[in-house]
Amino acid sequence: MSSSTLPATKSIIGAFTAEAFAEHLATHKSAPAWWLDRKRVAYAKFAALPMPSRTDESWRFSNIGTLTLDGFAPTPVSDLKSEIPKPFGLPALTFFNNLLISDRSAKAGLTAKGVIVTTLAEATTQHADLLKAHFMAQPQKLGSEKFASLHTAFVADGAFIYIPKGIELAEPIIITHVATGAGTAVFPHTLVIAEENSKVTVVDHFVSADASAHFACGANDLYAAHGAQLTYVAAQAWSKDTLSFQFNSTVVRRDARVQSLNIHLGARQARHESLSQLQAPGAFSEMLALTVATGTQEFDQRTLQIHQAANTKSDLLYKNALNDSSKTNFSGLIIVDPDAQKTDAYQSNRNLMLSEDAEVNSLPGLEIQANDVRCTHGSTTSRVDPEQLYYLQSRGIHPKTAHQLLVFGFFEEVLNRLENEPLHDALRGLIQSKLGQ
Amino acid sequence: MHSLEIKDLHVSIGDKEIVKGLTLTIKTGEVHAIMGPNGTGKSTLSKAIAGHPDYTITSGDVLIDGKSILEMEPDERARAGVFLAFQYPSEIPGVTIANFLRAAQQARLAEGEELDATAYYKKLYSKMDMLKIDRKFTSRAVNEGFSGGEKKRCEILQMAMLEPIFSLMDETDSGLDIDALRIVADGVNAQRGEKLGVLLITHYQRLLDYIVPDYVHVMWDGRIVKSGDKSLALDLEARGYDWVKQELAAKA
Repeated sequence: MSSSTLPATKSIIGAFTAEAFAEHLATHKSAPAWWLDRKRVAYAKFAALPMPSRTDESWRFSNIGTLTLDGFAPTPVSDLKSEIPKPFGLPALTFFNNLLISDRSAKAGLTAKGVIVTTLAEATTQHADLLKAHFMAQPQKLGSEKFASLHTAFVADGAFIYIPKGIELAEPIIITHVATGAGTAVFPHTLVIAEENSKVTVVDHFVSADASAHFACGANDLYAAHGAQLTYVAAQAWSKDTLSFQFNSTVVRRDARVQSLNIHLGARQARHESLSQLQAPGAFSEMLALTVATGTQEFDQRTLQIHQAANTKSDLLYKNALNDSSKTNFSGLIIVDPDAQKTDAYQSNRNLMLSEDAEVNSLPGLEIQANDVRCTHGSTTSRVDPEQLYYLQSRGIHPKTAHQLLVFGFFEEVLNRLENEPLHDALRGLIQSKLGQ
Repeated sequence: MHSLEIKDLHVSIGDKEIVKGLTLTIKTGEVHAIMGPNGTGKSTLSKAIAGHPDYTITSGDVLIDGKSILEMEPDERARAGVFLAFQYPSEIPGVTIANFLRAAQQARLAEGEELDATAYYKKLYSKMDMLKIDRKFTSRAVNEGFSGGEKKRCEILQMAMLEPIFSLMDETDSGLDIDALRIVADGVNAQRGEKLGVLLITHYQRLLDYIVPDYVHVMWDGRIVKSGDKSLALDLEARGYDWVKQELAAKA
């Protein structure tokens, strides 16, 4: 596609044409019919839905003009030329441009406990019922139905993780998704099912192996059954020219607890949508995020906490540090259904401005239909306190290092919520490498 | 031996002149106390020397070993050997004392040189023992939720770790009970010696019972109006600052 022939109105399918979809299906001929049917339905939906517009409330403050589906390669072919960073240690599964290139899941000794760490491709035949029940099964309520459909249509592979009843894993399961090559489109997916009273930590690492522009359209489905404890960490470190979408769905059942932490570092424009559904009494969802925005990066965060049963709890804390002329948008909503009495919901977006030119938009929201609830929400935007900066400088610390320390101090409240100390350190390291740039 | 020379220093906050021509030389090995009533410019003097951006030096000079430090950024002055023990130290949420001091030590190394972590912790723990500070202290955020005494001990710990040539101690005794004061004074006394010059800023004589100064200066309306030895502090204690005021008036 040459830039001189760009249409006057932006294409609503871009590079993801019917031909490209047919080519994608052709490479998955052996997949079960139900899976291919789902893809066809999703593609039709994607192709029919319009691109977001300036008047869409769910895209308020987003830069619509830079959202483009043109110029990407839906079925990329590329060789891995560079080393893939491994900040979290050796991954169980590594996907490279949508395809599995390394599988260490058997070596990790997980199968003995009945734990399943496999690919979506494998799951379509071996665990079809679980996949049907949980893969992209929750409603898309946060504005990106079109892109979520695109994900389902083009998803080639991904991680399928199943933790049986009562199994507790001490070591995190690491999944790495790599993109490389100019214009490459990737559709990473991670699906985690934590059965009754199981305990697991899963880390998704999204990383570019080169500096070229990618299109990433990923999703993760988290399901915590009765009494399960699921920790999910996603570290997004795509190249700085990448356009990224990531959709998270969390379902929390009775007395289960899900903690999710999203670290946003990469991409030129990254939208993250996160939905938590608290479906039975005692369910608790802790939604955490940290963003380091620099240059002209734009991070868009849309969240929804739905309390569908009584005595449920959600706690959202999103912290953004903004430098240069970067921008963050946060829009969060807590919905308490009429029957969800004794709901305890919290939502907080805190922003630290490191530059006069950065832009913060924050829209916290509540929609409460029950009368006996405790819901609090809030948003703060602050600058680096000059007295704190001076204090650090007065001890001989360079201003740049002093700023970094203050950003870490700001982030620590979130990082400290992670139980796993090595994971905490690895995330600190990733954040440090972005701050030190 | 090193010298800190303050020459005819004038300092303003905004348009208001606070220090109005102050001259004083401190050498390593010496402890000088500056006393005076509130609002006379004592704290302003210390902050201006340490490069606080709210304080403008309108004329005069501050030199270490004959070299002006006024063009230096606050962090450069610190690395040149100036330490300010704050009257009201800032709280830094989320930054532990261990990481904070480590960054401060790292800043003193040449570029590319890595801090020896084992040696660092060994030194840190020995200084903490000296100041009777619990080891758990290192994992607490800097000054966050500290009592007055803990904050001051934390300042003295930093001084002990960073080993300045000149320490400016701003109202180090304020907010301390007698036990905390004794611990802080012991900490300062342990660091006293040929390698350190101290400028103690205090409102009350009490601190000087524990840290005995070599010289005492009385500051009044932005200047030093009287200097003497430690007996001057006792005179002030007995006779109050009005006595100095009357003397000044008589001279005028």
